[in-house]
Amino acid sequence: MKTVSSKVYMYLLYLFLYLPILVLIVFSFNQSKSRANWTGFTLHWYADLFRDERILTSLLNTVIVALAASVLATVLGTMAALGIHSMGKTARGLFMGATYIPVINPEIIMGISLMILFKFFVTRTSFQFGFATLILAHISFDVPYVIYNVLPKLRGMSPNLVEAAQDLGCNPRQAFFKAVIPEIMPGIFSGFLMALTYSVDDFVVSYFTSGTTVETLSVTIESMTRVKVSPKINALSAIIFVVITAILIIKNVIENRRLRRDMALSRVAVREARTRR
Amino acid sequence: MKAPRSLAIPYAVWVLIFTVVPLALVIGFAFSDTDGKITLENIFAMSDYMAVLFRSILFAIAATVICLVIAFPAAYIISRANAINRSTLVVLLMVPMWINFLLRTYAWMTLLEQNGVINRLLGLIDLGPYQLINNSGAVILGMVYNYLPFMILPLYSVMVKIDQSIIEAAQDLGSNKIRLVRKVLLPLSMPGISTGVIAVFVPSVSTFIISRMLGGGTNDLIGDIIEMQFSGNSYNPHLGSAMALVLMIIVLFMMSLFNQFGSEEDVQL
Repeated sequence: MKTVSSKVYMYLLYLFLYLPILVLIVFSFNQSKSRANWTGFTLHWYADLFRDERILTSLLNTVIVALAASVLATVLGTMAALGIHSMGKTARGLFMGATYIPVINPEIIMGISLMILFKFFVTRTSFQFGFATLILAHISFDVPYVIYNVLPKLRGMSPNLVEAAQDLGCNPRQAFFKAVIPEIMPGIFSGFLMALTYSVDDFVVSYFTSGTTVETLSVTIESMTRVKVSPKINALSAIIFVVITAILIIKNVIENRRLRRDMALSRVAVREARTRR
Repeated sequence: MKAPRSLAIPYAVWVLIFTVVPLALVIGFAFSDTDGKITLENIFAMSDYMAVLFRSILFAIAATVICLVIAFPAAYIISRANAINRSTLVVLLMVPMWINFLLRTYAWMTLLEQNGVINRLLGLIDLGPYQLINNSGAVILGMVYNYLPFMILPLYSVMVKIDQSIIEAAQDLGSNKIRLVRKVLLPLSMPGISTGVIAVFVPSVSTFIISRMLGGGTNDLIGDIIEMQFSGNSYNPHLGSAMALVLMIIVLFMMSLFNQFGSEEDVQL
């Protein structure tokens, strides 16, 4: 951020990124249903939002699907990462290649291919589109992110860790649960969070695998934007924006405080080193 | 001692059922008709959609290039800021990404409409109204807006590792700004560029919501046509699968062009 031109550039960039969100929020307080005319301040879209059964149900559905899928994906992915970590080069390459497919494959192809698979069972058995298909689909795109977060932690783990635990009297099972799992826990947790975010945010895969009975929030939003648009959507996005911004700001403040402390500590260390010399 | 390899077996089964089999089904559907007979009809029928396919690729390339041009200086500026500014700027990039992309795209409808915010503001100074929505520009804008952070973040993560002394050395040896970018920054940022190009191109070429919301029905992309084959009135999963197959080939082609720089487990975001 040294020159004026780079400052101006960054301001313009962030204006571009935030302008649409700002507009959404401003119009959530607009009295008129119109998206362009400002007719006065109101909160009644917020009140309407909390009375809208369809939106509330789909919000609940989103939470259920995202939590179930990300928890199961975390278990499946952590186990997979542990297994992959012990593999030889060829097997590992094969697994990592397969893990890369859902990450790089266009979402629409993942959506339609799973829809074809589920339809195969729906037409032949009593299996139905709904929570089960949504959760199965979400697990499938969530697992890679868990693996990508856990594997580096396993690689960074000291090979002596398990031996040390066993020397101190752990049996292999205890060594695994008391030494290995706590060591890779940060990776498991960030993988879980990433899976949760992707699940909450997903639209395309849910759109093709939800069927007609269970709607997630993004599916509801999409069908609302298609027919008649209500400022309730604006109110909803304003709430989401405020919640997420608050979470990220708190996280950032904590990190910055740590960063400042580290910087201060290193300054002290440098000063001490100088005086000693 | 290492964890047993067998822990990966459930995942192997999962990948087989939910990744390999579905993709095999798509290929199977693409080469068969409703009676299950093998046919090339669906592939030949694709010739009717060449214009759409061409438009999708063109729009995606345009969006990718624009993202790269905007992101390169931005990522560089962020990477040269001090640690505290850096983390704040990165968080500010990520906040919009956490808002549902349907809502973000919907916001652009509000801005660009005939009597939308931008045209009303222009009307105050006796300009317009201009046709800002339902054209190709609006669709590309929607792609750039939604996927720009996917370009900035991987670029930033390689640029932040470039030592300031390398840049200073180039300047001391007489590089002007253009030479500095061409001879130093660009080669060193290559892994970030290839990750970013794929991260923007793939969702752009396969989108069906951005084109529907901002393109106004006259700018259908391959994603729209595929979606119609599966959930619209013209239900035809065989033709849809053929299109999906073509889309996959395009994506694989792009990957083979750009992915040689990235390592297999180097996934951003």
